[in-house]
Amino acid sequence: MPNTILNQEANVANLCARMNMENLLPEIDLASRKILSYNLTRPALQLTGFFDYFQGGRVMIFGQAEQQYLDTLEKPVIRERIARIASYEGIPCFIFTRGYHPCDGIIEICREEKLPILISPHSTGETTSELIRWLRVLLAPRTTLHGVLIDVYGEGVLIMGDSGIGKSEAALELVKRGHRLVSDDVVEIRKVSDETLVGVAPEMTKDFIELRGIGIINVRAMFGFEAVKQSQNIDMVINLEEYKKDKKFDRLGLEDTYMEILGNKVRTHNIPIRPGRNIAIIVESAAVNNRAKKMGYSAPEEFFKRVNAEMKA
Amino acid sequence: MTSRNVVVNLAHDTERAMAELVSLAGEYTSRIHLNCQNKRINAKSIMGVMTLVSYSGDAITVTAEGSDEEEAVEAISTFFAG
Repeated sequence: MPNTILNQEANVANLCARMNMENLLPEIDLASRKILSYNLTRPALQLTGFFDYFQGGRVMIFGQAEQQYLDTLEKPVIRERIARIASYEGIPCFIFTRGYHPCDGIIEICREEKLPILISPHSTGETTSELIRWLRVLLAPRTTLHGVLIDVYGEGVLIMGDSGIGKSEAALELVKRGHRLVSDDVVEIRKVSDETLVGVAPEMTKDFIELRGIGIINVRAMFGFEAVKQSQNIDMVINLEEYKKDKKFDRLGLEDTYMEILGNKVRTHNIPIRPGRNIAIIVESAAVNNRAKKMGYSAPEEFFKRVNAEMKA
Repeated sequence: MTSRNVVVNLAHDTERAMAELVSLAGEYTSRIHLNCQNKRINAKSIMGVMTLVSYSGDAITVTAEGSDEEEAVEAISTFFAG
């Protein structure tokens, strides 16, 4: 079973189920009709006969204005205009909002063209906003990264670093300390907006952690539902690196470094690893520090204010 | 960077084969990645490599970066070819 909407495919069958819509033409296979664009079209102008700049490929929403206008048209005109809209390629489906049922002429044309008609019980605004939100998530650019995604105090922390550096061990300790694992080793990332990246585990590896020397363990079976999470926004990256004498690490935290994932900038901390360093506590502190920064507090700034005040005194 | 295209050919006993693949990748110091559709999987990560099972029959690209990249790509490609 797909764990979240993130694992669904953007097709008309899922759309219909998601929005509790009625399918007027059940003989058409909805699952094979993929939706490729999150743009929607309100075809009011096309109903008046103006087809310049009109393109198919989008879900057509017939809201109150379209419905009222259809009711004023003569039957042959309706047939002609609807047939012309339906002749454009790649329209996934027609949606009539507010529970409006179209006349028989429209249903007939759609049956011939094998174009699904869905009836949404909700208002046009509600239907379109939910539809766009859902499609933006499903059609978002995506990538897969090697790392561990964990929710630490509500911050989505992506722990990265070379194989064997101790990402999974850090994740296990964080889970033991009451945080929630999203994914170990492989994180599927979606760019939902220019600000937001959402990470999930691949369906196959969800709940599992691999520990060198022990093997694969199931975190949900061992620690319960409170220890796992299905999806999480990515707020920061912790990059674990082997400590090298000549490599400089951030000592003050005054300047932020960023990593680019799918074109979005994510705040990144490079943490040098040496035997005996407690990575879980460092990750926890970094997460709290990140929250503090979001809330407008910066510890190094305050520290330097004190230093400056002392110098002037 | 060295890279090569191969077809995933996993007939049976996949789990063990994948575990072998990961330990094989671990023998090299290079960073080795398997690119498949829009996924980029670290060949030294057992969980990542397990997700490859669903790509049996698909073409993937093996890439390696490091001092022993050519040997690594050669070994991994041979492994997939079976």
